[in-house]
Amino acid sequence: MAGRAETAAPGGPVGTRRRLAWRARTRELRFAALLLIPSIIVVFGIVIYPILRTLYTSFYDVNSPFPGSYPFVGFDNYTQALGNPDFWSAVRRTAYFTVVSTGLELVLGLGIALLLAAPLKARWLFRSIVVLPWALPTIVNGALWRYIFNAQYGVLNAIFTQIGLQNHYHAWLNSQTFALHAVIFADVWKNTSLVAFLLLAGLTTIPRELYEAAKVDGVSAWHAFLRITLPMLKPAIVVVLVLRTIEAFKVFDIIYVMTRGGPANGTQSVALYTYQQAFSNELFGYGAALAYLIVVFIAAFAIVYMRAIRSEDTAMGW
Amino acid sequence: MREDPDLRGESGDAGEARDKAKLPISRREFVSVSAAAGAAFYLAACGGSSSSNTTTALSKEPVTINNLFMQQAGYSPQDLAGMTKAFEKQYSNITVKNTLVPYDALHDKIVASAPAGTYDVLLGDCIWPAEFGSKGIVQDITNDVNSLDVSKIFPGAIVMAKYQDKYYGQPWILDTKYLYYNQQMCSQAGVSGSDFKTLDGMVAALKKIKQSGVQYPWIGSWAQAEAVICDYAQFLGAYDGQFLDSSGKAVFNTGGGVKALEFMKMLLDDGLANPASTSSLEDDVLKSFTEGQNAANLNWTFQLATANDPSQSKVAGQTVIAHTPAGPSGKAPGCNGGQPVMISRTANHPAEAWAFIKFISSAAVQNQYATVSLPIWAASYSDPRVIKQAGKDLVDVAKTQLPDMILRPQVPNYNACSTKLQVEIQNALLGKSSVQDALNSAADFFDSNANA
Repeated sequence: MAGRAETAAPGGPVGTRRRLAWRARTRELRFAALLLIPSIIVVFGIVIYPILRTLYTSFYDVNSPFPGSYPFVGFDNYTQALGNPDFWSAVRRTAYFTVVSTGLELVLGLGIALLLAAPLKARWLFRSIVVLPWALPTIVNGALWRYIFNAQYGVLNAIFTQIGLQNHYHAWLNSQTFALHAVIFADVWKNTSLVAFLLLAGLTTIPRELYEAAKVDGVSAWHAFLRITLPMLKPAIVVVLVLRTIEAFKVFDIIYVMTRGGPANGTQSVALYTYQQAFSNELFGYGAALAYLIVVFIAAFAIVYMRAIRSEDTAMGW
Repeated sequence: MREDPDLRGESGDAGEARDKAKLPISRREFVSVSAAAGAAFYLAACGGSSSSNTTTALSKEPVTINNLFMQQAGYSPQDLAGMTKAFEKQYSNITVKNTLVPYDALHDKIVASAPAGTYDVLLGDCIWPAEFGSKGIVQDITNDVNSLDVSKIFPGAIVMAKYQDKYYGQPWILDTKYLYYNQQMCSQAGVSGSDFKTLDGMVAALKKIKQSGVQYPWIGSWAQAEAVICDYAQFLGAYDGQFLDSSGKAVFNTGGGVKALEFMKMLLDDGLANPASTSSLEDDVLKSFTEGQNAANLNWTFQLATANDPSQSKVAGQTVIAHTPAGPSGKAPGCNGGQPVMISRTANHPAEAWAFIKFISSAAVQNQYATVSLPIWAASYSDPRVIKQAGKDLVDVAKTQLPDMILRPQVPNYNACSTKLQVEIQNALLGKSSVQDALNSAADFFDSNANA
């Protein structure tokens, strides 16, 4: 730009050159702003406005899908939610779902990642197979496991009966405890692939020299895993934990498809509870407050993890 | 809004318009007035019409109406497509686009799409007119409905679209739960059709069938969904119970309501009902029956055609449809499972929407598609074409079951109340609370929330 300004006023006074340069710079900024306007509108329309609108709605007693004048209730929707035992039951259930599913996905995903990193002959084939569950849409995954666990014509009952593990068909999804674990199992089956591939990416960054040096020093494979792999993989593990915890706490679709929250609310997650309050019961203000409470819970998780990442960065000297 | 000549004169010159001294109102006042006018226009647009008919002239220009239906019980997608094609042939300038969703998604889709005016015609359920009518989601079409000969519609059908003396829809699907049993299983156990006339007789029959080797002779659609309320309603009616009394207070936690739930629990506890009942919907019940896994159950009309279709059923030719068993009072009402078609308040083409509704709910059209859903018109049940399509067995039992139906509570917050009752019924069936405690809890919730 400065060059263009100098060309426009060759040998002119310094003030003129600066003014011309400033004008060119301003034109450039205006043009950049013009180019940004569409994306700003889109981001505002689909991200910022809904967030602000939901916050606004949460302070009103909105019980209809139409815009209009509704009574301002301040924090009543929030206090109502926090005082509702159904909400806390859903929170506890969701927290359990989150901890168990994320934990299992991490352990199994790490094991699979180590296998996939091994110099196997048909590694590409294993990788293709492992990615399949994750490639399935969650709705399809939920329907798949609903059929597998079906008491009348489910594959699980058929297999167990044929190999003699049970005498008659079992209504798996009848028990609140089993139904919750069935949903966790279905979630783990799908998302372990993602965890495995994220950790596999982390594994590929660990220098091979470290293992070779350890081997020379006579370190066992187990100790190499504990002393080299795990510490070097820690940043990737933290990323996985952040992603999966947040996703798991928002669990909705797989439960909606498999059990719709039943039996007797035994699998109702906090997101499903929020959805039912907002859309089935048309308590949009209350639903908006619940949505913000979910954000608070997720933010709490995120802050803990981000601190972990920061301390990790500090320890690594980054 | 009346234009101010002074203001109009000023607007010709931008420079003068910016000159505050020459403006008849200040810029702030102008902005305030404009905002107020805009808000008033917006609110007026959102305010909804109190008109109770849509009988404005049909457009002669090409018009497209968008409709929301379900793909489950009642008319099949092919039936709906056939009706739509016939309508488009008659009204050549109207194009109809139907969207089909599962029943479980229907309510929420209607609610979520309401402000946008996505749909013109909506398939509802008999439990929604109170909610949708009171919240202005659908139009009051009382005059339109009354323009038809309502007296010729089954009383059980016409009541499904009514709330507080106004029609918020036109009856379309007329259905109730019937009793189905497997003739062969019954014969092998020495059970006859007359054993199913009463609940006591049915229990004795199920015990005999169980002794003959059928592990679970009964299955219910008792999952945490509206399905369990329908089965419960049927038993509640048989035990002469009521959901609400005349003042609107919940009374299903007394008398017949308690006995109905005790009866359902007894079926489970005695091993007569499949434990899978508490995670089953109507489709699961149908599947179980067509696989020959249970001997009897309650279900909507659609079970008959599927169960007797050899390509879909292992028990084709063995299926009997019957009036539901009577309770100790001698009553045996069915659960009203009717579904009206409604016009969205934000419909873009209400006149054309009503034309479509009028067409698909006419006797002439309904009589053509009576295989899986019987017409709403009483005279149709004597029409030889209907009897031929639906089968004499179905028509005969429908004639006695349809006039006697129990309607689930018509309250604005039915969905929330129903969800609570579903959970409490499941708590009782799964042994997590006593029948009385469960129903008391649900009744308390009804009283606090039904009309809140």
